[in-house]
Amino acid sequence: MNIVVCIKQVPDTTDVKINPETNTLIREGVASIINPFDVYALEEGVRIKERQGGGTVTVMSMGPPQADVSLREAISVGADEAILLSDRAFAGADTLATAYTLAAGIKKLGDADIILMGRQAIDGDTGQVGPEVAENMGIPHITDVRKIEEIKDGYITLERMLEEGYVRLKVKLPIVMTVVKEINEPRLPSLRGKMNAKKKEITVWGAPDLDINTQRLGLTGSPTQVVKIFTPPKPEGGKIFEGGASEAVNELIKELQGAGIRFGRKKEG
Amino acid sequence: MNYFLTEEQREIQALAAKIADEKIRPIAHEYDEKEQFPSEIVKVLGDADLYRVFIPEAYGGLGGGVLEMSLVVEQLSRACGGIALAYAASGLGIIPIILFGNEEQKQKYLPKLAAGEIIAAFALTEPDAGSDAGAIKTTAIKNGDNYVLNGTKQWISNGGDAAIYTVITLTDPTRGARGSAAFLVDKGHPGFEFGKKEEKMGIKANSTRELIFQDCKVPKENMLGKDGMGFMVAMKTFDQSRPGVAAQAVGIAQGAFEVALQYSQERKQFGKPISAFQGVQFMLADMATQIEAARALTYQSARTIDAGEKNVAKDASMAKVFASDTAMRVTTDAVQILGGYGYMREYPVEKMMRDAKITQIYEGTNQIQREVIAMNLIKESVRGKKG
Repeated sequence: MNIVVCIKQVPDTTDVKINPETNTLIREGVASIINPFDVYALEEGVRIKERQGGGTVTVMSMGPPQADVSLREAISVGADEAILLSDRAFAGADTLATAYTLAAGIKKLGDADIILMGRQAIDGDTGQVGPEVAENMGIPHITDVRKIEEIKDGYITLERMLEEGYVRLKVKLPIVMTVVKEINEPRLPSLRGKMNAKKKEITVWGAPDLDINTQRLGLTGSPTQVVKIFTPPKPEGGKIFEGGASEAVNELIKELQGAGIRFGRKKEG
Repeated sequence: MNYFLTEEQREIQALAAKIADEKIRPIAHEYDEKEQFPSEIVKVLGDADLYRVFIPEAYGGLGGGVLEMSLVVEQLSRACGGIALAYAASGLGIIPIILFGNEEQKQKYLPKLAAGEIIAAFALTEPDAGSDAGAIKTTAIKNGDNYVLNGTKQWISNGGDAAIYTVITLTDPTRGARGSAAFLVDKGHPGFEFGKKEEKMGIKANSTRELIFQDCKVPKENMLGKDGMGFMVAMKTFDQSRPGVAAQAVGIAQGAFEVALQYSQERKQFGKPISAFQGVQFMLADMATQIEAARALTYQSARTIDAGEKNVAKDASMAKVFASDTAMRVTTDAVQILGGYGYMREYPVEKMMRDAKITQIYEGTNQIQREVIAMNLIKESVRGKKG
């Protein structure tokens, strides 16, 4: 079983502050962490390997050279191999270019049975890279996986979380999955894992190492570009209805009716 | 303060701190109330390799010593001194195996203990033998290739939850200390039962039980060291374990101090945070200073032991007595700073005050520690040596 886990190094958002003048993230002095959703993906990858009694968990990230810290952290909690896709040409990539590059990395690695990632990154919050990697590779993808039931005879049975309830699916491998945090409780690193991670050689692949069209990389290959990041202005005005809940609700209804809003009872059945 | 720890020691410290903050602190109150042994934390500590840090590499350890063990105990104790004891008391049971075990005994127990698969305990105290350890009555009488144990050990930390017990006995009661021997006895061994679980003031998350030996036949291969060495095993073990108790005390004090410092900045009276009042400021300053002094003494005594110095009893006792007295003072002051809230079980410091108390009592009361310190001072003086 060859398992690939894609991780993203992101700023620790519990520390993030916005510069009120430029409306951009203040990145200086903010610690970098593995995107928390990817940590669940990594844990699930390691658990699949343990449960299937063999295989390799390869962790892959596209990012600057400093991202190797996150890859080593992944090694310390059970990943076997780590690949960093790093090249000036990859910089400024949107989800399309990122997914294209990651897919090229996974293809070069070869024979991946399961590709895992978190449902979204906490900095961009798009949730697009997983499905786009699958499209680039021409294989199925399932998002928001909350449980893996069984992996047997080239098929995987899993549960995909919906807003209310879940859907149980059986899918042919290979597959790209994005996971939700309900799927597991990630383990802490061990001291031996940390020592092993320190010694581990991280493979770095640049654009020339991959079979790719350079026009589809980085900023050049990105149809979307971030124009502005800003904090939405706080809504002004508003009215607070005091008193107990039923009292306040009655007051609110009166106010709304006064504004011409009608309330009707929904018909039964 | 910079203690110039190695990178590996800092990593051990950071991992123990992470476990304390993420896994132990959230359950500390509940486990104290329910008096529940933290088996799943033992598993977390085992998976994190923390039991390995003070065990030799040849037996699955990471080859560190008393300092590494103390760093772990301190961090765990910051969150809960009771839960930390599942680790520290196992250390107390493991040390005699490292110091006196033969190759076979080490191979049999240390790899499992290093992995945290099993934990250990140490049994010396009896109903009538506390500070006067020489008054123990548990006997181990030779009978062919076996020794037959009879007697009751009392207040044994990890009692019932540990899988392996180092038990100090008398093989020849007529010879006193010279007629003593230490034995390794497995949980479940015929003739070895557990008595009642004690109801304690603090460290409630640890199980403290009686060990009852009734015609418990133990093969002579289970003897640690030689016949006649029982008390030596105990004393040499305590020399190495006392910095661990000191570290537990430092951790409890640090945990209480952190709560008090935070609270003093949030709690407003007379229109300002109470940290703005000099009366509170001086308390905080004294607490922090005493903790730092206790930590320095603890680490230094641990380093002295790890460096292989011969006479370490005085240093170890100084660390234990100073750190535990500090923990009692600091936790009492933390309760004072939190005032009425500090006295409530809903807030963490009253528990820390209860947990701190035991560090002045166990592994040799502070009165016994002072006696050890004084006796060594006098001995050194007579020999014309300088301290």
